Amino acid sequence: MTLELGLNQQPAHTRQGSSIGQPLTRRDGFLKVTGTARYAADNHPPGMLYAVLAVSSIARGRVVSLDIEAAKAHSGVVEVMTPLNRPALATDPDAKDHPFMFRLDLLQNDGVRYPNQSIAVVIAETLEAATEGAALLSPRYETEPARVGLDGAESFVPRGVGVGNPAVQQMGDVEAGLESARTRIEATYETPAQYHNAMEPHAIVAAWDGDRLSIDTPSQGLAMAQGRIAGLFGIAPQNVHIRSPFLGGGFGSKGMISGPQVLGILAAKLVGRPVKLVLRREQMFGPVGHRAPTRQTLRMGMDGEGRLTAISHHARTTSSTFDDFFEPAADASHTLYASPAIATSHDAVRLDTGTPLFMRAPGEATGSIALESAIDEAAHACGMDPLEFRLRNYAEVEPMTGKPFSSKALRECYEQAAEAFGWAGRPLEPRRMRDADGYLTGWGMGTATFPAIMFQAEARAVLRADGSGLMETGAQDMGQGAWTAFAQIAADGLGLDIDQIDFRAGSSDLPNAGIAGGSGHTATAGMAIHNAGAAVIARLADLATRNEASPLFGAGNEGVLARGGRLYRRDDESRGESYTEILARAGLAEIEGHGKGAPDPTSQEAYAKHAHGAVFAEVKVDPDLGQIRVTRLVGAFAAGRVINPRLVRSQYYGGMIWGVSFALHEEAVTDRRSGRIQNANLAEYHVPVNADVPSVEALLVHEDDPHVNALGIKGVGEIGITGTAGAVANAVWHATGVRPRRFPIRIEDLLG
Amino acid sequence: MTTLPLSLTVNGHHHELEVDTRVTLLDLLRERLELTGTKKGCDRGQCGACTVLVDGKRINSCLALAVSHDGAEVLTIEGVAHGEELHPVQAAFIAHDGFQCGFCTPGQIMSTLGLIAEGQAGDDPERIREGLSGNICRCAAYGGIVEAVLEAQQQLARTDRRTAA
Repeated sequence: MTLELGLNQQPAHTRQGSSIGQPLTRRDGFLKVTGTARYAADNHPPGMLYAVLAVSSIARGRVVSLDIEAAKAHSGVVEVMTPLNRPALATDPDAKDHPFMFRLDLLQNDGVRYPNQSIAVVIAETLEAATEGAALLSPRYETEPARVGLDGAESFVPRGVGVGNPAVQQMGDVEAGLESARTRIEATYETPAQYHNAMEPHAIVAAWDGDRLSIDTPSQGLAMAQGRIAGLFGIAPQNVHIRSPFLGGGFGSKGMISGPQVLGILAAKLVGRPVKLVLRREQMFGPVGHRAPTRQTLRMGMDGEGRLTAISHHARTTSSTFDDFFEPAADASHTLYASPAIATSHDAVRLDTGTPLFMRAPGEATGSIALESAIDEAAHACGMDPLEFRLRNYAEVEPMTGKPFSSKALRECYEQAAEAFGWAGRPLEPRRMRDADGYLTGWGMGTATFPAIMFQAEARAVLRADGSGLMETGAQDMGQGAWTAFAQIAADGLGLDIDQIDFRAGSSDLPNAGIAGGSGHTATAGMAIHNAGAAVIARLADLATRNEASPLFGAGNEGVLARGGRLYRRDDESRGESYTEILARAGLAEIEGHGKGAPDPTSQEAYAKHAHGAVFAEVKVDPDLGQIRVTRLVGAFAAGRVINPRLVRSQYYGGMIWGVSFALHEEAVTDRRSGRIQNANLAEYHVPVNADVPSVEALLVHEDDPHVNALGIKGVGEIGITGTAGAVANAVWHATGVRPRRFPIRIEDLLG
Repeated sequence: MTTLPLSLTVNGHHHELEVDTRVTLLDLLRERLELTGTKKGCDRGQCGACTVLVDGKRINSCLALAVSHDGAEVLTIEGVAHGEELHPVQAAFIAHDGFQCGFCTPGQIMSTLGLIAEGQAGDDPERIREGLSGNICRCAAYGGIVEAVLEAQQQLARTDRRTAA
């Protein structure tokens, strides 16, 4: 049973036009502003119990005792799940078949390997009883010293970084390039651990019916989650039905099913009743991923004209003691700036922390703030304007591979953003500008880039005898606008008005739409939708052009256009007929077509595919207090075809504000003695609030890309954070003369 | 477990309840009255996702014990629209794309209604930003939110003038 969301109940006056390129408002807007959009934790199946996690307050050691009796004696508590009574699993949660499979903490033993790890689950009739029961467990531990910080353990070179990139890569002779340089810079930057902190805590409502499992839980990758759960419980994937119509944000943290979500399923199995389990905010600082900290050293050499002779970028990062994810920060230097020699390398230490994970622009964001800062330092060392320096080192082909770009409108981005910002006339030296109130004012810039990635997706299209259409794909909307953008692509693919189609997504019983991540969902699932539409139209055209009674007889498939619910002869648009007429004549209630979206291996081999952008920032700094405010941000981005400019702008705004946050706000602080996170809450883990956010402008730069995919889509979800973080840091330098070398930038760094 | 009687009007509907004294107003709305439009983002008053109006004033319902609001009138996101007809604030949030994932949106809208009623921000974007800074939006749709508030205020002022005339 798929979801009935009632998206068409949105009043007609809030919709406008249709299809690709139109700035439609969100089709799920009505549901979201009325509180009727149903997120996972909003479900209440009959007989449901509440589960609350007890989590470790140490970073490393083992649980010696839990007062299970006290918890069970509390009124309303039904059961306490610990390693002693946790239902058996078909697969070891510590087994790992492929790099996208992460090890989970599912009460497999009494060990503790990071703070906030689950150590028990209390299940009760009410949330209050479960919460109090969890508090009554009063765990006692045997504690071992926690390994903390970028130097907290012996370093090693990981086998791969990111998704299987080599940890060390080299092109040309970097040492020779540095040797021959007229000017050299070397700088080391540190970035902190960051936590995704989507507004919606990870939540699950799980109900078993024999060996069938029904789940409401947010997922950026339904098919992968379905497979992982099926494997753990030893049941067929089709026996696991996941509904995830709306995610309250994901940012990577809901890409893979997490331990606590599986514990909700185990709890439901243990008690034989539906169970709801929702993470508390502080419990999100551990088992659901984070962006690992980095320390990055960049060395650059420049000739007498400001041309790079070498780039060397080394990154130290961290992972957990029990699993592998390594932030590919240094790889940011592969694609942006032309240089005859580039070397990137990574090493890592293992700490008593939850395993890091993909977090919005993993590697690109961390690498970009260091690279863009270093480029700014290099420009200044050469006595050049930062924009002029970037143009001097503009990469006409991808530097690391020598491949041509499938498209690259970065020059236009620089030009349009610089013009809109008013960059011309910026003094080269820092501390030269003050505003009317005496605040130090600085302007900085950064280049944005993100690869155009595609995964695998499928879609199913149906045309019905009444002239309406249906498009199905298990796509995930975490706020990027999948419900709207995909319906637009579907409408065009089916040659129908958007209101004549029924678009279904967000459920695991639909065709696999791949993952909503890597900024590749719109391109991947969009192509599956486009191809499914084309397949069903081809069938329809076949019916018409083979039938002598049709005005389209003999036109051939290639000779037919689909528009507004009618097929037309391409060579004579006065001849055509409606879908309804064609299906009625054929005596068919409906016809269907299937489509796939996937990267094209030939063009993948031939071209480097990236989106680009340029971001300019203005900051004001209090000369006495060091307080920093971003006052203006202007970005221009070229990312191929834009499906819906309204939603794309919102993605850029969001990404750019994440960039501000990277530069000025976010940092998880670990206590060096205990290994615990000291600020695991939204008051002390700073994210921007409305008053922190300046005037933000995002310009959409036209770009046709014939190579990425037939729709020309690259992706916009992550690029905004890159470039922006560095632009803010560079503006702080320009305002104060102090070069930020650790992030977030602190007042004491400016006053010190 | 101690319970107390509680009389509450929510979105115009009167409820006579017997409530566990530990239950917050947020959990009462979500888990007992099944009004799940109001969201829980942090459960300690740091994110604003649970904002509702109690006797016309905006509060974080996660920090309010339900039984301490005996006799109160509560307005939640479910009570803002009139059937299919959206309140001007809701319509403006859609028009200005003042949200992405939508999870913080009920809180943002309730906070906006509170802010407008307080009458302190006027049409100054800086004061609106300040006045809505108790509501975190991790998607960072802040620009659209401020535009939506400005437009909705104008719309409401026009309606008021028409009503007065």
